[in-house]
Amino acid sequence: MNGAALSTRLRSVRLQDFEVLHDIELQLQPARWTAIVGPNGAGKSTLLRALAGLIPADGEILLLGKPLHDWAPKQRARTLAWLGQNETGADDLTAHDVVMLGRLPHQAWLAAPSDADAQAVRDAMAQTQSWDWRQRRLSTLSGGERQRVLLARALAVQASVLMMDEPLAHLDPPHQADWIDIVRKLVARGQTVISVLHELNIALQANVLVVMAKGQVLHQGLASDAATHRALQQVFDHRLRIAQLDGQWLALPHTPASSGSMP
Amino acid sequence: MNQKPAVVLTLLLLASLALLALGVSVGSTGLDWSHDSSEMAHQILWQIRLPRSLGAWLAGALLGLSGAVAQGLFRNPLADPYLLGSSAGAGLGVALSMALIGTSVGANLWLQRLGLTGAAFAGTVGGVLLTLLLARGVEHTLRLLLAGVVVGVVLAAITSLLMLMQPDIMRTMQSFMLGATGFLSWSSVVIMSVALCLSLLVALGASRALDALSLGDATARSLGVRLSLVRVVLIAAFALATGTAVAQAGMIAFVGLVAPHLVRNYCSTTHGKLLLLSSCSGGVLLLGADILARGLLAPQELPVGIITAIIGGSYLLWLMHRATRRRQA
Repeated sequence: MNGAALSTRLRSVRLQDFEVLHDIELQLQPARWTAIVGPNGAGKSTLLRALAGLIPADGEILLLGKPLHDWAPKQRARTLAWLGQNETGADDLTAHDVVMLGRLPHQAWLAAPSDADAQAVRDAMAQTQSWDWRQRRLSTLSGGERQRVLLARALAVQASVLMMDEPLAHLDPPHQADWIDIVRKLVARGQTVISVLHELNIALQANVLVVMAKGQVLHQGLASDAATHRALQQVFDHRLRIAQLDGQWLALPHTPASSGSMP
Repeated sequence: MNQKPAVVLTLLLLASLALLALGVSVGSTGLDWSHDSSEMAHQILWQIRLPRSLGAWLAGALLGLSGAVAQGLFRNPLADPYLLGSSAGAGLGVALSMALIGTSVGANLWLQRLGLTGAAFAGTVGGVLLTLLLARGVEHTLRLLLAGVVVGVVLAAITSLLMLMQPDIMRTMQSFMLGATGFLSWSSVVIMSVALCLSLLVALGASRALDALSLGDATARSLGVRLSLVRVVLIAAFALATGTAVAQAGMIAFVGLVAPHLVRNYCSTTHGKLLLLSSCSGGVLLLGADILARGLLAPQELPVGIITAIIGGSYLLWLMHRATRRRQA
């Protein structure tokens, strides 16, 4: 497990009385973008929440080689940033206040935000092009605008590992492209990004794919690998095909009627 | 309408001062601006009207603070200070102390020492503790809310049973249930000032955690917030603020629910400022209602809880109506 940004051996993860995940072993390398994919109910979001230490899990999770539960909460929060699926609430806060929450792990109790905090918030909002609405209440923003503010909140943490659950919800295609651009820049700077994605065409642009089905990891490999593509096709019951267009891998819905039209 | 928090705070403080001036001028004969310098007038002003007006403002401030804490903690805009079994506990405390008077010498001595205000405070704290016990801690907010509902219903039923068995306590209970500012004294002012300072400081200390919590438990935890500790601290501040206000002024309706909404209607702000502004707006609301209760049918006095219920209920209805119109626009 040495050298991994995040590694885990999970025996099981239960939600109430239901075993959602079992027998999972993963090693996620630093400075990589890993996308967790799989059909509905595969346990993708549960795995991400377990890796972030947000739900109890039976097994071992190491963050930068150190057991997750050995990290002090604030130190862990500075190292591992989280963007949840459909984060709601905070309607009365301004966009700026919400992004400043990302600096909470860096601030001493009751201390005013520092210049570094202000700069981190400015940078994060500039990256997600949300600076112009900094004084608007979150309740007045559209779904896509709100998602960009929440992404800025996660970026403002400046953590070495960033986990995002369905970060593209409500984003239109140009802003999805911006999100990919942001992720690639983070990875280029040495940060590790782990995201759960439904959009397979975007997931295929990640460095590594973790393919899940029925609460288990079926395959972990490079997004460009043929073995990874076969695993993807298998978990989606061979109802998609993976093809290359202009050097980019695409997953296309595949039915018997459309089988002859693939490139 | 989005004002800066500092502007709203200034307006609320000015309104508080204006209402205090009005409060010491309104008596059983309505407005009295005359400068009577007799001993009697001096006594009325310093020993009755001023502590009553200050006390009404402080009780409102405690309820406003408690409402803002409850709404932030439970992420529910309809949360109020009377959640978690606090009001039913206070009611039972008062009813029980009155029912036990005269049953034995020991009980009499105890109850004399405790007094009705002490019984109400103990009842509030007891109701909240019972809720925490039933909810098995503070981990699950939904379980806390449900346990609060159960405790509220059961304790209110016991209170009703006591009133049925001893009908002579009904009048005092009615006065307690509708809220009463007429008995507020300088000692009430001192007690409420101390409770307000303490609960406000504690709540302000956890205000950033409340901001984080507004994005959900998972996000707050991911930001390094120790949720259990924060919940315990905030529930302690909530119980202190509610218990003190209820013990001194009875169960005044709507102030704790409406005060934070009044602030949010005029400015968007973090919980740190919201808690402070909600306190001030609660103070303004209750002092204003108290002046109306004294002056509307002078020399008769209306229970202040009726005025706050009418004003608070109307204001909430107006907010709902406006929100519906905006959605349709």
